[in-house]
Amino acid sequence: MKRFFSGLFTVLLLALGLAAWIWLPWPGVLALVVAITLWLLLTRSGRLAREAAKIGIASLPQRWGASLVIVVGIAGVVGVLVAMLAMGEGFKATLNQTGSDDTAILLRAGSQAETNSVITRDQVPLIGALPGIAKGADGRPLASPELSQVVNLVSKKDGSDVNVQFRGVGPSAWALRPQLKLVQGRKFTPGLREIVIGRGAQQQFRDLDVGKQLKLANQQWTVVGVFEAKDSHDSELWTDADVLGPAYQRGAYQSMTVKLAGKTGFKQLKAALAADPRLKLDIDTTRTYYGKQSAGLTKLITILGSVIGTIMAIGAVFGALNSMYAAVAGRAREIATLRALGFRGLPVVTAVMLETLLLALLGGLVGATIAWLGFNGHTVSTLGNNFSQVVFQFRVSPELLWTGLKWALGIGLVGGLFPALRAARLPVTEALRAA
Amino acid sequence: MKYLHLIWAALARSKTRTLLTLLSVTAAFLLFGMLDSVRVAFNSGGDVAGANRMVTMSRLSITQMLPYSLTEQIRAVPGVKQAAFAAWFGGIYRDPKNFFANFSVSPDYLDLYPEFKLPPAQKQAWLDDRRGAIVGASLAKRHGWKVGDTIPLQATIFPTHGSNDWQFTLRGIYTVDDPRQKAQENVLFFHWKYFDEANDYVKGRVGWFIVQPAKGAATDRMAHAIDRLSENSDHETRTQSEQAFNQAFAKQFADIGLIVTAIMGAVFFTLLLLTGNTMAQAVRERIPELAVLKTIGFSDRSVLWLVLAESVLLVVLGGMTGLLLASAIVPMVSAASGGMIQLPGLLAQTWLTGLALMLAIGACVGLLPALRGMRLNIVDALAGR
Repeated sequence: MKRFFSGLFTVLLLALGLAAWIWLPWPGVLALVVAITLWLLLTRSGRLAREAAKIGIASLPQRWGASLVIVVGIAGVVGVLVAMLAMGEGFKATLNQTGSDDTAILLRAGSQAETNSVITRDQVPLIGALPGIAKGADGRPLASPELSQVVNLVSKKDGSDVNVQFRGVGPSAWALRPQLKLVQGRKFTPGLREIVIGRGAQQQFRDLDVGKQLKLANQQWTVVGVFEAKDSHDSELWTDADVLGPAYQRGAYQSMTVKLAGKTGFKQLKAALAADPRLKLDIDTTRTYYGKQSAGLTKLITILGSVIGTIMAIGAVFGALNSMYAAVAGRAREIATLRALGFRGLPVVTAVMLETLLLALLGGLVGATIAWLGFNGHTVSTLGNNFSQVVFQFRVSPELLWTGLKWALGIGLVGGLFPALRAARLPVTEALRAA
Repeated sequence: MKYLHLIWAALARSKTRTLLTLLSVTAAFLLFGMLDSVRVAFNSGGDVAGANRMVTMSRLSITQMLPYSLTEQIRAVPGVKQAAFAAWFGGIYRDPKNFFANFSVSPDYLDLYPEFKLPPAQKQAWLDDRRGAIVGASLAKRHGWKVGDTIPLQATIFPTHGSNDWQFTLRGIYTVDDPRQKAQENVLFFHWKYFDEANDYVKGRVGWFIVQPAKGAATDRMAHAIDRLSENSDHETRTQSEQAFNQAFAKQFADIGLIVTAIMGAVFFTLLLLTGNTMAQAVRERIPELAVLKTIGFSDRSVLWLVLAESVLLVVLGGMTGLLLASAIVPMVSAASGGMIQLPGLLAQTWLTGLALMLAIGACVGLLPALRGMRLNIVDALAGR
């Protein structure tokens, strides 16, 4: 009965400890590490724990099979978790970078995405005249009426058909997106069937190179340049909106991107739009608009990654428990001897825990390194909001690596605690007599 | 079989170790069961046995619409038994979070989809009502719709008379029996004729055609013939099998199959190491006992089989528990998502693949310790050398 309750108490304490551990920000972790190190170095029981841990760690190579189980098991969890989260992170970053706070996008009321929206030609000058829009050097409003058509291209990877955004832009488009840099060739000439392509599109889809001809909408187009934006425009093909429209028999535009004048620009423009009955439009800053597009998928990936990570972690915990129980059983005599010599419970528990955490840390580092080497910058694409591909890169950020290490140490904590307690409770006489 | 109690005793020798290993195996196969069910749900769109429907859509772009006048031309192509059409509507019910597919269809659309079961009376009521709509059972359940309800949809693409508010009357609720196709119950259909009349933008345009080839027709030639109808026009088409279309579309989201394989690869590699270590440990501890078995007359071969059977039994026990757990959890996920995610339960193919994996892993990890047991020299083993 007493054993049952003490077991229950340990489990409860462990759950609390894990919850606190997950919540703990990095300064807290640092403080904890410093505190434990100080204890190990300065106090008597700390010194004893250090000595006991040294013996255990020195014997690790003899048990390399069992140690490897812990390291590889945890490396697997951390690798998969970090890779999945890096995917979500990369997608989010790509879309978030596309938008900024000083530009706004206008769409037909209720249309949610560019593909669905319509902005008629007669609305364009009306919008341009509204207050809150910044003016360019030539005194004209910095506004780009745009049209995007989804076209079929062939993916390089497996030759399958993919949907790609073919965006027609106005002359101000380049000024509205300063992050766009031409890396090869030149901009398209307005009025001609010329295309500038994004870096991501060039990498992912076939037949996109400067100088090449492309057949779209039954017409020949020439690729004249490549730009790099490191955001979702990277997956697009750009041309003059007034060339794209007629090619696809589109009389109207779809969206209007404008540069906001100063801090109050957005408010001014929004109020002016609401006051004009001819303009039934929705307005958002581009940051909000693109941020919204990534929210759903990022959340899904995070949930999926955590669920998969948790199940794998549970498996890894059992593996670690198994190995550490075996280690404690195998060294029962050593541990009993230590205790007979006067080592108390705490140093013995600490020694086993330190050993497990060391292995867990190693596993976490291996997993995080594999995820980082294998996936950081790995380019993939998925179907975005406009029925078209968004090319993005996995982003293994330091925060993710940190999360991975935290998971690793959490698994080590659970996997080491129970075997450590068993080691501390080993009946000394029996253990010495056995074997 | 008669040695079962021996194998059992071997497993029960160290209960903690066996239990912990079992739980690890369970976790691995739980993950396998769940991920495989996700993969199946993702990849089996339109993969209906016996249905060899073809899809004709714009070659230029998925959003490009096609002229209604193509309908009769397609129906006249040799080899075409029936052709229906549909158009994407993209309406939103109350909140964009409630996303479900909704499109307008020709009256004969359902004839091509016999797997959508709609009571004949409801079907007639739908056909008779210009503004009528039908929805799948999952979708109706999710929003608590009953036949006769008015369903308001907010248009994102097509306003009607200057407003985005469309209203439909629910006339029927269809069901889909195949568990892999349950996601098809998350769709709302209404009449294309009403769509064509009431929307402000497009007239006489449809999104895509669904073509049913006649029995025994050469589908490749038929697809070519259909695509030739619009060759060099501004609405060139591409005709392909529905299955190919769905798979290509699903793949554009992500190669789920590849991701699942990669994750499971990592999991099973770890599992191999873990159970392998357990078995090696178990045999190492029992060397004197195995020697005794041999002394009393067990052949080398039967010792080999004993150890192999032990490791296979361990993995199969854990694996089956994992798959059972998965088959209990997967429907719970579908239910908890309120019908947003429709995962099929664990299919026979998942159980079979799982079982094959269990046997393979069990044999793999048991082999080395079993060989060690088989080659055991009785005298050395008993002497503890």
